[in-house]
Amino acid sequence: MPTHTSETPRLAIRGIRKVYPAVVANDGIDLTVMPGEIHAVLGENGAGKSTLMKVIYGVIRPDEGEILWEGHAVTIPNPAQARALGIGMVFQHFSLFETLSVVQNVALSIPGKLDLETLSKQIIEVSNRYGLPVDPRRLVHALSVGERQRVEIIRCLLQNPRLLILDEPTSVLTPQAVRKLFETLRQLAAEGVSILYISHKLDEIQELCHKATVLRGGKVTGTCNPAEETPQTMARMMIGVDLPACCHGEPDGGGELRLHIHGLSHATEDPFGTDLTDINLEVRGGEIVGIAGVSGNGQQELLRAISGEEPLTDKHAIHMCGVPVGRMNPAQRRGLGMCFVPEERLGRGAVPRLSLTENILLTAYRQGMLFAGLIRFGVAKRFAEECIKRFDVKCGGAGSEAKSLSGGNLQKFIVGREIMQEPRLLVLAQPTWGVDVGASSFIRQSVLDLRNSGTAILVISEELEELFEICDRIVVISKGTLSPSKVTSGTNVEEIGMWMSGLWPGARTQDGAHVA
Amino acid sequence: MWLKFEQRPEPSRVMTYLSPLLAVGLMFLSGMILFFVLGKSPVEGFKVFFMNPLKDMYGVAELFLKATPLMLCAVGLSVGFKANVWNIGAEGQLLIGALVGGGLALHFEGSNSPLLLPAMIVSGALGGMLWAAIPAFLRTRFNANEILTSLMLVYVAELLVSWAVHGPWKDPDGFNFPQTKMFGAKATLPILLAGTRLNLALLFALGALVVGWIFMNRSFMGYQMKVAGQAEFAGRYAGFSAKRSVWIGMLAGGAMAGVAGISEVAGPIGQITEHISPGYGFAAMIVAFVGRLSPIGIFFSSLLMALLYMGGEQAQQYLNLPSSISKVFQGMLLFFLLGSDVFINFRPRLVRRRK
Amino acid sequence: MGLTFISSILFATIVAGTPLIIVALGELITEKSGVLNLGAEGTMSVGAVAAFAVAHQTGSPLLGILAGMGAGMVMSLLFGISALTLMANQVASGLALSIFGVGLSAFIGKPYESVALASVEPIRIPLLHRIPVLGPALFEQQGLVYFSWLLIVAVAWFLYRSRSGLVLRAVGESPVSAHSIGYNVVRIRYQAVLFGGAMAGIGGAFLSVFYTPMWVEGMVAGRGWIALSLVVFATWRPGRVMIGAYLFGGCMIAQMFVQGSGARINIPSQFLSSLPYVATVLVLVLISRNRSTIRLNSPASLGQTFLRDA
Repeated sequence: MPTHTSETPRLAIRGIRKVYPAVVANDGIDLTVMPGEIHAVLGENGAGKSTLMKVIYGVIRPDEGEILWEGHAVTIPNPAQARALGIGMVFQHFSLFETLSVVQNVALSIPGKLDLETLSKQIIEVSNRYGLPVDPRRLVHALSVGERQRVEIIRCLLQNPRLLILDEPTSVLTPQAVRKLFETLRQLAAEGVSILYISHKLDEIQELCHKATVLRGGKVTGTCNPAEETPQTMARMMIGVDLPACCHGEPDGGGELRLHIHGLSHATEDPFGTDLTDINLEVRGGEIVGIAGVSGNGQQELLRAISGEEPLTDKHAIHMCGVPVGRMNPAQRRGLGMCFVPEERLGRGAVPRLSLTENILLTAYRQGMLFAGLIRFGVAKRFAEECIKRFDVKCGGAGSEAKSLSGGNLQKFIVGREIMQEPRLLVLAQPTWGVDVGASSFIRQSVLDLRNSGTAILVISEELEELFEICDRIVVISKGTLSPSKVTSGTNVEEIGMWMSGLWPGARTQDGAHVA
Repeated sequence: MWLKFEQRPEPSRVMTYLSPLLAVGLMFLSGMILFFVLGKSPVEGFKVFFMNPLKDMYGVAELFLKATPLMLCAVGLSVGFKANVWNIGAEGQLLIGALVGGGLALHFEGSNSPLLLPAMIVSGALGGMLWAAIPAFLRTRFNANEILTSLMLVYVAELLVSWAVHGPWKDPDGFNFPQTKMFGAKATLPILLAGTRLNLALLFALGALVVGWIFMNRSFMGYQMKVAGQAEFAGRYAGFSAKRSVWIGMLAGGAMAGVAGISEVAGPIGQITEHISPGYGFAAMIVAFVGRLSPIGIFFSSLLMALLYMGGEQAQQYLNLPSSISKVFQGMLLFFLLGSDVFINFRPRLVRRRK
Repeated sequence: MGLTFISSILFATIVAGTPLIIVALGELITEKSGVLNLGAEGTMSVGAVAAFAVAHQTGSPLLGILAGMGAGMVMSLLFGISALTLMANQVASGLALSIFGVGLSAFIGKPYESVALASVEPIRIPLLHRIPVLGPALFEQQGLVYFSWLLIVAVAWFLYRSRSGLVLRAVGESPVSAHSIGYNVVRIRYQAVLFGGAMAGIGGAFLSVFYTPMWVEGMVAGRGWIALSLVVFATWRPGRVMIGAYLFGGCMIAQMFVQGSGARINIPSQFLSSLPYVATVLVLVLISRNRSTIRLNSPASLGQTFLRDA
């Protein structure tokens, strides 16, 4: 670990405050980063991490507070200024442009004349030096998520940054790719680059970071040396209480076949999408099956095929409760007892500008809410109120707009709406993505309870820990194909991580050969 | 110091209703400025434009007469607009409604059947629906943008009407004017108020408002349209058919525009001419927006829009200004409304510019 | 049919296509920034009447063009204030602009309805205009015709070769990303909208000062909307705008020739007049059928309001 007691801090911020109409995002935050230090910023969703980083990168202007860059007070009015100072940022949701090439994307954040030839050479140079292989001529929409992250990192490195900010960089990577990223980051730190590493994954922070600042509710609740802490002590700093644990119960597993996908191949209409090839999957009543994978490997397409949002041409490719449903629309599939919690809450799982009562109608209208084509608002309202009560949704009542709820509460509402319809088959996508720890464990427990009552459950998630926590079996999706299934207790993160790169026994590689 | 718009945590309900009033106020104000710029007295101009038309019972009846087609078209369009179905060709659908319904009157000339008038109204609606069905089909089958196709069909409809009154349907005793024969008594809408031109069509319009309100606020299909308009992916997630929303949105607009068209030719005009509508189909879009796409709002905004039409005529007569001034007012009104709507989701705040 | 006839058809087709090229290229730039401005019809109308009035008062067609351009920019500024600064729905703002512009032009233009303008002499390109058939058709044209050709090259170069063009496409592709790496989305979109307005104004000026040359209410006759359709037809590529514009120009000219030729064809003139509009619909259908072409070429954020500071 570098020693830097006598040096000037690379970055010191004092009393940063940012208020939004509904929330105080940052409330008097102090933070000091030394040269060559890998500094973790740790906190739950909504703790104010992203806001703080955007302040440092000049995307957001703080209401109060000062920023010292290498000992000098500075204002950072925009990202161009931040880059000029030597600050680079890798965004969680990448700020890349799909229809442009890698080199064009990089050019957009580099001032000066447009010389794509020279820039391509520089990209290759940097990518070789830090082990970040990428082809500058390729269009971004053809890249995998991991490759896109490399482009973002290279884009920063080309400007010789002295501070690199990474926002949740590992959420899109396989465990093996995470290790490679850490090597790159350590190499950069050794060269004197400071790194601000934002994450909520405690084990990664322990492995990588020299120092950690913990945020909760917009305030700093502590700083520590991660190496001297345990995940439990850091978790307590982060959420204020001990980590809740789930109560499992015994899986049944031998239930009726509720979802049967057989030889499903589907070419997507979306030119940026992934084609599905020969997917086979069975989910029975009383079990939870998880699909692991790096995002962009066909999860969206598979979900749309299962939910019916993109109907298939082959009606026998998917059976639900014994009925061929390939050509049915989502409403018809719901009629057979399917329920579905999508990844996007606002705009897909719920209509932002409608009340919770009206959002109940979206999928639960079969529960006696219609009469002669007219809506029985009373029934819908009672359903909404019960959902709010049973699933502990914090909101201003059944009349509040979906948009006004926090991510976690809206997710509880949507999960509640689907579970209260007593589904025979429940499909969940990223059930706890962006949800705080308390709501996450509540949702996981609700899903486990539902399994114990005999429902067949399919979970698609990019969080391996989550899948290992709740699933009875795990399969892996890679490049639009599905691996064989593994009983959770018979596998481990290493093996599933390997499979996530498409390397499972019998997998078809690109040239058509089989992996031994 | 500069003005900054800050997002409200929840949209302001007060501003939702206040914003149209603000827009109307701004329109009055800039109208008076306009009169001043044109060398007229602003007060005099305001009186002539906005008050003269309503100085007697006949004027009030005319106001409702002109509001009728606007109400009909706007309530039909609002169904589509709620679902983001942008039918901007109501003018053409209105003309085809007039042509089909009026054609029936010409074909059964001299008929005394009490069924003739209802049949005309129904066929007017069907004519409008037929014209709206073209963009609906092209959108659902070929993904063609309904804004552009429905608008193109307005020009085609105008030419069709022109052809009919210059060609096969021209009144042989009409001194070669491009118009058909006058419709018979049994093919004309009965007058509601003696001594005025106000006719039965107003009741159709009011009925359409009621049906429209029930459809949009109480029916499950109306709810589906709303979802389709606000969050396309939520509609798809729920399994609501997007194509059905397009069809219903287009056909509702077409049917109402068609009724408006036949009501004009079977009402105040009494025959088919080249000048059936002074742009009612376009003005109805403004009516729908200013009325917040709600039937109650549309009722009031159609009266306002009718007043603008009448004001334009008055301005031509007494202020020596082109009657197209009413279109200037219409356009301003919509702009002011769109501008005022920013206050629904944002609140203005004066902030000091930072270095 | 003689060569002179072919030459004059070609000539007339180019003249009819020219305003469409200019307006469509302006709209193309606007749309590439992610903004859908449906106000071209209104902007053209106001541009046409402003250009006519100034050309009539000053006797200078060039000043007329500049006036048309200026008027077009003022109109598009109205749209910008509504759709960009006040974040109103782009479709509604564009419709407002069209309705307002058509009305305003009729209002302003009333006194000019009975006035005629002297026709402007074409510019002969030395030597080239002597080429048989093509020479008189291509190189004895109004200055704005040559301008439209230069514009195609300039717009194509701007979009695919210049840094600013890259930024513009990036903003249209993902305003959120562009904002997060430090581009001022609203300012860039304003520039694109103003350019579109300027071009629509020039297109209108071409109609009233060079093409007819006179002012009649409603003389734009849907050309603004056809130009919008052309952008879709061209799948947002400048070169294809030219092809489309001349196809439409040919379509308009063909029906005029048939009507004017006195040929004994029993087709009512209204049916012939409706050809350009029907053709527009057909063309939209043909292009839009292939969803992935549209998806790959249209700016991803087209028509969506960008909320700053959200």
